[in-house]
Amino acid sequence: MDSDLSSQDRKDLDKFIKFFALKTVQIIVQARLGEKISTCSSSSPTGSDWFNLAIKDIPEVTHEAKKALAGQLPGIGRSMCVEISLKTSEGDSMELETWCLEMNEKCDKDIKVSYTVYNRLSLLLKSLLAITRVTPAYKLSRKQGHDYVILYRIYFGDVQLTGLGEGFQSVRVGVVGTPIGTITLSCAYRTNLALMSSRQFERTGPIMGIIIDHFVERPFTNMAHMHPCSYRTPGEDEGGTYAGIEDSQEVCTTSFSTSPPSQCVCTVSQAHFKTPKPALMATLKVPLMGLGVSQQLYSSRLSYQTPALGTVDLCHPTAFTAGAHPHQMVVPGKEGGVPQVPAQPNHGTAAEHGRIPSFPNGQSPLPAQPTSCVFLCLQVHPPPSPAPSSPLQGSLHSNSSSHSGGQPQDDFVMVDFKPAFSKDDLLPMDLGTFYREFQNPPQLASLSIDVSAQSMAEDLDSLPEKLAIYEKNIDEFDAFVDTLQ
Amino acid sequence: MNCRSEVLEVSVEGRQVDEAMLALLHTILLHRSTGKFLYKKEGTYSIGTVGTQDVDCDFIDFTLVRVSSDELDRVIRKAVAEFKDALGNSGSDGMGQISLEFYQKKKSRWPFSDECIPWEVWSIKVNVVNLANEQERQICREKVGEKLGEKVINIVEVINRHEYLPKMPTQSEVDNVFDTSLKDVQPYLYKITYQITDSLGTSVSTTMRRLIKDTLAL
Repeated sequence: MDSDLSSQDRKDLDKFIKFFALKTVQIIVQARLGEKISTCSSSSPTGSDWFNLAIKDIPEVTHEAKKALAGQLPGIGRSMCVEISLKTSEGDSMELETWCLEMNEKCDKDIKVSYTVYNRLSLLLKSLLAITRVTPAYKLSRKQGHDYVILYRIYFGDVQLTGLGEGFQSVRVGVVGTPIGTITLSCAYRTNLALMSSRQFERTGPIMGIIIDHFVERPFTNMAHMHPCSYRTPGEDEGGTYAGIEDSQEVCTTSFSTSPPSQCVCTVSQAHFKTPKPALMATLKVPLMGLGVSQQLYSSRLSYQTPALGTVDLCHPTAFTAGAHPHQMVVPGKEGGVPQVPAQPNHGTAAEHGRIPSFPNGQSPLPAQPTSCVFLCLQVHPPPSPAPSSPLQGSLHSNSSSHSGGQPQDDFVMVDFKPAFSKDDLLPMDLGTFYREFQNPPQLASLSIDVSAQSMAEDLDSLPEKLAIYEKNIDEFDAFVDTLQ
Repeated sequence: MNCRSEVLEVSVEGRQVDEAMLALLHTILLHRSTGKFLYKKEGTYSIGTVGTQDVDCDFIDFTLVRVSSDELDRVIRKAVAEFKDALGNSGSDGMGQISLEFYQKKKSRWPFSDECIPWEVWSIKVNVVNLANEQERQICREKVGEKLGEKVINIVEVINRHEYLPKMPTQSEVDNVFDTSLKDVQPYLYKITYQITDSLGTSVSTTMRRLIKDTLAL
């Protein structure tokens, strides 16, 4: 019952839940982009950092989240879910994890909305930051490249976990009690990472050419709902400030009161602010093969150079020279002097699948979309390099060095390298099988009672002898003890 | 009010000690740090923004998330380095424990000094193992990464129980609750201590003690 909640508290609570949901989605998606994330601390609050955490907003992600929410809030019986999946170029796909933001009926009527709930939601977001780096999908997403892409889908309603395969695990990130229900954030992740093992690896034609033009040729012909997640700085197309959060821009200006200690004042006001220009550019390489994931990861290192982007520093926009690479966007510096050229032809793709509209002040957002699937493709830019004609030369086992990825084919070195859990023709064994088989090793023989009893008897027999020796060398031991002091 | 005490245990190779300790300590401090308080008019304050940073470990398959504060990172690294040196000097099979204690200061009347009252203590027990070959090291790299992941989940579980936290202080008392010495973030007052267990398992004294204990147990 929320009849005890004042209308201001209710309004604040709804706003907190809404922005919490949006920030949750941002954290999860950004953790699966394949790059390290870095944001700056600031001692002076700007008013745009909800929950006192520096979490940048990727506009496309916010847009998709809002589309999925369709004006509603996560509530009892209405969960918001972010599904992370992996897809290869051959069409094999696999759900990796599902993050669920749910609410149950257990209310905490006495809790202070503007203070305690807000701070606990902030703590929960920090926990989410930590946990997103711990689940198995994080490592997979960091190694995405030629071989597979990581996708996300946001949906609202009932949680669907059937796609995670048998034996999926759950981890609870945390709970926050509120006067209208308890918010729970959890993740269910797949443990069986074997892809469809019946599909053998087949040499395909060079894919690099397709990748470079893939927005034109559309290799993923069955990914009708997928479109790149790359985003542009607000000034490029939208012509001005991008209202990434709300049609009317809202900031969270929180001031807290300490006198008396139990009171707090939290003002949530509307103010005009400019979304910080993101410097992240993410375009994925189209994956190539459909083998088991561990081998995929290995071969992705063979054929794909480490992206030159390195850590994504979202505080300091970097500037690229226009024309250095056809798919690098030009990010202006703070002065905005460099012309912004959206070099990618993804405008066509974006337009086809729902171009991100601009939200000038006062306009209403997009009409509510159906809350069913929208797949979005997370992509990472390749470094500027001459496109090799065939990324995977020879068999997968013929390469061991990740440095050879960008060099001409002649420089491949034959090294017999057997990565852990790699498949071989005779005895296929994946990580999951190995884990299951060796989960319960037999107890050590030395821990069994018989052996210890036996050794004890032996020890007892030799005791007088040992005592005699120790007595003889007593001076030596005393000197040793002195050195320890 | 009782001090909350949590114990985490890890077994790592010698060169993984630094990163394992940093991973766990930074995870805890991420949750126990806020933005800088900016006190305004009477009784009101605003809170600064905490940024975060992903750091890949070199010797462990793990990425830790830490607060974006170079000052805080330097302090933690220094403490971990001292702990590692102490572990190294104790012998090749070192066992030790590093503790991160959050406390509040309670002002006392002169001539008594301020009392430090701990409200949460995290103890990380470390067992350093020696590995024979590169294959074992590779397995250890992955296993320790998984173990650290489990520990992070444990830490998050404890933190999200939302048990006792010091009340938000007035401006005059903020230094009794928070460490305000850093310029960009504000962790709760904390101290890091360590102790080394001398694990000379083959030492005479230990053998003697075990023999006598075993004898008495018969």
